[in-house]
Amino acid sequence: MELRINQKTYQVDADADTPLLWVIRDDLGMTGTKYGCGLAQCGACSVLVDGNVVRSCVTPVAGVVGREVTTIEAIESDEVGKRVVATWVEHQVAQCGYCQSGQVMAATALLKHTPQPSAAEIDAAMINLCRCGTYNAIHAAVHDLAGHSAKGDA
Amino acid sequence: MNAPLDAIEQLIGQNLNDPVNLSRRRFLKGSAVGALVLGFGLPLGATRVQAAAAAPAERGTQVPAFLEIRPDNTVRLLSPFIEGGQGTFTAMAQIVGEELDADPATFLVECAPPGDAYYVMENGMRITGGSMSVRMSYPTMRRLGALARAMLLQAGAQALNVPVSELTTEPGKVVHAASGRSIAYGELSERAMDLPVPDPASVQLRDPSRFRWIGKPVKRLDAYDKSTGKALYSIDLKVDGMLHAAVQHAPRLGMTVGSLRNEEQVKAMKGVHSVHRLPGAVAVVAERWWHAKRAVEAVQVDWLEAAADSTVRAMPADFSTEEYFKRLAAEKGPARDDENEGDVAAALANAKTRIEATYHNQYLHHAQLEPPSALARFDANGSLEIWLPNQAPEMYRADIAKRTGLDPSQITLHSPLLGGFFGRHFLYDSANPYPQAIALAKAVGRPVKLIWSREEEFLRDVLRPVAAVNFRGALDNDGWPVAIEAVSATEGPTESLAGKQGDKIDPTALEGLAGKSYAIANKRIAQIYVKGPMPLGYWRSVGNSLNDFFYEAFLDELADKGGKDPFELRLHLLRDNKRLTTLLNAVGDLSGGWKRGPFTAEDGSKRARGVAMASPFGTQTAVIAEVSIEQGQVKVHDIWQAIDPGSIVNPAIVEAQVAGAVSLGLSQVLVEEAVYIDGKPRARNYDLYPILPPSRMARVHVRIVESGEKMGGIGEPPLPAVAPAVANAVAALTGQRIRSMPLSRYTFT
Repeated sequence: MELRINQKTYQVDADADTPLLWVIRDDLGMTGTKYGCGLAQCGACSVLVDGNVVRSCVTPVAGVVGREVTTIEAIESDEVGKRVVATWVEHQVAQCGYCQSGQVMAATALLKHTPQPSAAEIDAAMINLCRCGTYNAIHAAVHDLAGHSAKGDA
Repeated sequence: MNAPLDAIEQLIGQNLNDPVNLSRRRFLKGSAVGALVLGFGLPLGATRVQAAAAAPAERGTQVPAFLEIRPDNTVRLLSPFIEGGQGTFTAMAQIVGEELDADPATFLVECAPPGDAYYVMENGMRITGGSMSVRMSYPTMRRLGALARAMLLQAGAQALNVPVSELTTEPGKVVHAASGRSIAYGELSERAMDLPVPDPASVQLRDPSRFRWIGKPVKRLDAYDKSTGKALYSIDLKVDGMLHAAVQHAPRLGMTVGSLRNEEQVKAMKGVHSVHRLPGAVAVVAERWWHAKRAVEAVQVDWLEAAADSTVRAMPADFSTEEYFKRLAAEKGPARDDENEGDVAAALANAKTRIEATYHNQYLHHAQLEPPSALARFDANGSLEIWLPNQAPEMYRADIAKRTGLDPSQITLHSPLLGGFFGRHFLYDSANPYPQAIALAKAVGRPVKLIWSREEEFLRDVLRPVAAVNFRGALDNDGWPVAIEAVSATEGPTESLAGKQGDKIDPTALEGLAGKSYAIANKRIAQIYVKGPMPLGYWRSVGNSLNDFFYEAFLDELADKGGKDPFELRLHLLRDNKRLTTLLNAVGDLSGGWKRGPFTAEDGSKRARGVAMASPFGTQTAVIAEVSIEQGQVKVHDIWQAIDPGSIVNPAIVEAQVAGAVSLGLSQVLVEEAVYIDGKPRARNYDLYPILPPSRMARVHVRIVESGEKMGGIGEPPLPAVAPAVANAVAALTGQRIRSMPLSRYTFT
């Protein structure tokens, strides 16, 4: 089947029900998108499909044919994504870093849809798990990106 | 792990100081930095040397084994410690860079391969754990940087043909002020690294008042790569010709593979290369991991009960955590004393007021986000190359040598970044995929990467230990505590690894009950060793993670019984301890002044605060928590933490570690528990095993107190006081004293 990923076209030979995650990682060799749970619980596998964040570990690859997939590998070719990455670095968000691809994708999707999200919108969008507990740094980074002057409420 | 390693060594009979001689050697020229080359694959010297590590004066002096300065002036440092989020790579660059006179931002840091050069800690060991890396290697790593600088100065003297005494350095270059000339380190490195390493005693370390990077909030070296998906973990690696593997483990540890009822059908499934029987598991090897996973889950296995001579800890079919907690609480002994001061029995007998209470805690998963994996490749002559998450390269290599019969010199071991640490990457016999990956690579004659699915990980993870502690306390006529007794029915993680009780008490079993600083004249801390069916492991802050919860909560019970405010009670019991008095006052001050409540917050909610302290890993901590009740559950609004690690290297990383440890501390006290029913885990993924979500995180306020005392740890110490501070706040707010975790088991009003 033919996939559009990061504005390139790929021909892949995969079963229709293979999760997008494993096509990206194993067939296409892009390992920035992470496997954490395989059950849409943690969000480490978050990618954008037509600009919406989806959990690729439970998204059948056939479902994204004809759509535009964006992974963390292309995050800096997007203006919003580039700002998110820069802010992530500025706030020194990452610890082990394993969940951060998904966190950056979730923040990018939020800000592309809603450039100035409210605190409630941020809380509703930033729900990926982080075992290192970088939640407050993520929170501060997204509020910074949203143009909130002070640190938001926890 | 305050001091567990000696105990581990004693118990498991493996010499942890067992370096393999690595002849002094240089980095390979032009060694590739490609995605797959994480170490250097250097042929390591085969000669095993005596167990004793190099004498302290010799540690960390083999400069060329650690440092490569490239022509572009970037500094490549092979770290004795592995990065798992705690920031040790950045700290090492700060420490070495400070003395080398090179900006840490110019460093590329990777984990060093196995080798005796990397035994740099003052206890003579090499392991990343116990919050030991910085505090146990600080002077040695500084000296390493200074030795390298001396070699660069010497090389500069040769290159400029001037006496070395006329030279100095500026970041990244040797400077001859008299002539206005300078040479970049990158140009001198080749010549410098061929020079003999100077006498370690000959170099002078920088005066701390002139530090540029140590003690400063230097940016993490890995922040960008980890924000863009470029950081590579074991699970991401790939080599030519590699196959993928997945496993299905026995539902209970110890069971073995009987017949496979549908082996032929599985072999015929798409993408399947082969089906394998392994000890306690079935594996499928395939061209794609997804195919391997789907196929192995389809295998219908007749599992056989564990044989009587099973070498693993067989899980009984009737094991239930609820029943086990009851059994622990009812254990009568015999007990062994760890601390026994004064006359507890007499103090209890004579006291007018006595209190008794029983506490217990829950099993926990490590639940690091990166599922375990291992990539194994044999070459034509039978040597093995392996990539795997680990926190002790030499120990892993020794274990692999034992399992395979290979000489350690035939094993090249790579230590990629860890996708979460938390104690998961120690050498746990039944809980690591590398023995399976090695067996599969051998069987199929091709490289194999094995990934455990989340479900298989939760089935085989070793768990944080549990204990039931029976406390007794006595108050004097003024209501102050005069006696405390804690008898813990438990098995420590080190005892679990050993499968037996050692001659001495396992410090990882009782730390946090033992080692308290409160001036209570009569105290007894004892353990009833109970060997349980669950394989146990180290979990961030280890014994402190449960024991400080017990002790600090019971201390509040004593305060309440005696009519004392818990903050005032602690101040009273620490009145002769200047360091902890300062720390406790610091957290009170940070929180705007101690107030217990209940009080009404600005938003109208009724709230209260709790306080707790802990002394883990050479560091002192004090925590205040503010809570309310929302829809029957505990909402933690704020955590204030004062932490005194003596002195620090990076305040930004310290604050990040405090925030992270608070998160894990909240997770254990609020929501987490691994429940077993009929010998099987109730949860095998995050759906039924919740970990703290962002919505349950609290604001975290940190004050770092540098007392100047001996340097303590950072990664684990901020965790243990969190849970009891929350439980104490809940008691103040609701009047309910909860003596177990997690609090999600209760509904509050």
